[in-house]
Amino acid sequence: MSTLELRDVEVAYGGVPAVRGLSITVSAGEIVGLIGPNGAGKSTTLHAIMGLVPLRGGDVLLDGVSLRGRPPEAVARSGVALVPEGRRLFGELTVEENLRLGLAGRSGGEGAEDDFATVGELFPIVADFKDRHAGSLSGGQQQQLAIARALVARPSVLLLDEPSLGLAPTVVDLVFSTLATIRDRGLGILLVEQRAQRTVALADRTHVLANGELRLTLTPDDAADTEKMVAAYLS
Amino acid sequence: MGWIIASGLGNFVHDALDPQVQVDSIGLGAVFALMAVGIGLVFGVMRLVNFAYGQLIMAGAFALAFASERGWPVGVGIALCFVVVLALSLAMESAVFRPLRGQSAAVMLIATFAVSFLLQSIALLWFGPLGKTATSLVDLNRPISIAGTEVRKITIVAIVTAAICLVLLVLLLNRTSIGLHMRATALDASTARLLGVRANMVSVVSVVIAGALAALVAVLFTVQYPTVTPTYALQETILVLAGVVVGGMSRLVSATLGGFLIGYVSGLLGGALPSSQSQYLPSFLFGLVILVLLVRPDGLFTRGRGLVERV
Repeated sequence: MSTLELRDVEVAYGGVPAVRGLSITVSAGEIVGLIGPNGAGKSTTLHAIMGLVPLRGGDVLLDGVSLRGRPPEAVARSGVALVPEGRRLFGELTVEENLRLGLAGRSGGEGAEDDFATVGELFPIVADFKDRHAGSLSGGQQQQLAIARALVARPSVLLLDEPSLGLAPTVVDLVFSTLATIRDRGLGILLVEQRAQRTVALADRTHVLANGELRLTLTPDDAADTEKMVAAYLS
Repeated sequence: MGWIIASGLGNFVHDALDPQVQVDSIGLGAVFALMAVGIGLVFGVMRLVNFAYGQLIMAGAFALAFASERGWPVGVGIALCFVVVLALSLAMESAVFRPLRGQSAAVMLIATFAVSFLLQSIALLWFGPLGKTATSLVDLNRPISIAGTEVRKITIVAIVTAAICLVLLVLLLNRTSIGLHMRATALDASTARLLGVRANMVSVVSVVIAGALAALVAVLFTVQYPTVTPTYALQETILVLAGVVVGGMSRLVSATLGGFLIGYVSGLLGGALPSSQSQYLPSFLFGLVILVLLVRPDGLFTRGRGLVERV
């Protein structure tokens, strides 16, 4: 069981700061939400963890070991999996091949069939449509495959970038309930979302980001407090 | 006038349909297809057009000539050829390709031009402009008779070798995890890395496969063209590059078909053009290339709109 820790993380794009002094901890078996308006730095935070953008300051630690400066494939292989925004599946490859690519995130392929079975239970379409091209799936099915692909890597921390974007309400329900299930199995989850209320209700705590800074931290009890939710966005 | 053209065309078609010309053309197409795979594989994984691919073949051919002039056994010569070409490929990968990863296509192309001329110059200094002769395998030029057609053994060897290599490559790409990683990298390199696919590993494997194919092509070419000079395989590489573009660079299959096609067509033209006009062969070929690209800028064998923007 692992802990992901962001310590005073600073990211800038061409001199313009995108994330400023952000400190977040994600422990095993908890969901941490990250919400805020567009351009608040949510996705940038995930990209910084994965090594897709360089840190200008601060550090990202997995179980106390710095991930700073590592290329994305090294971060992935150390146990952090990202479900990227827009899913980024390989549409021309089959569902099964997409899943197998998830195995790239760990050192060996042993027990892969068990993992395929496990994600097949969480998302039956992944098992049912394994020979179809990923590009032929619906948006909701693709999102399930993207999460399944990340889980096959057996990550210790799972990062999700707006997994509910553009999905039908029933699929959103499925995604959120699955996140709760895998949290209960001991995975640490950092969830970037636009659906503020649902995220606050699901996550153990939710940080509100604005202009790259952490403004506020909400707990599930705040989900019903509409005034507080609105204030969080307008602050 | 019309009668002359019609009769010329008639002769041309008659000569092109000659079984011997056909077999030779398929043999040349097979070797060009192997080169196209070598170029297409590296392009797919790294988005890098390796103009220096011909110089790998040239280096391998010099290794074969070196061994043959010393009277070393054929097997030793071929082994030396593979060692030299693979070592050069790996050196190219780590010194040029890897540092330039993610750079624009133009930067990478110009860099491989530089590598190409550097290797040609080294060969010129080392072996002189007249080059060396590789004679260990010339016996393969002897013809055998199949169903009344005289076929040189090397043509059969080339066709069989190419077929085996293509089947092995398809198996590697479709049945192994490194093959899957290579395909994923060719489709979307940044997402592949995000999933943990090791970019360096994938690029080394592609370069090694491309290098092994270059060594093989060196062996096949030196049988037919034993005089190895610093510009060895240069014109063939340019033709294959044109073929790869004509076929469609975005996919390995279409690039390979394009390589085969240009080899085949150049074999047909070579066999059917009257010898007084054979110096026009490249002009004919590149004229065809231009025509095809005007009609299908994304390549002959690609579906729908590809990556190429019409200006």
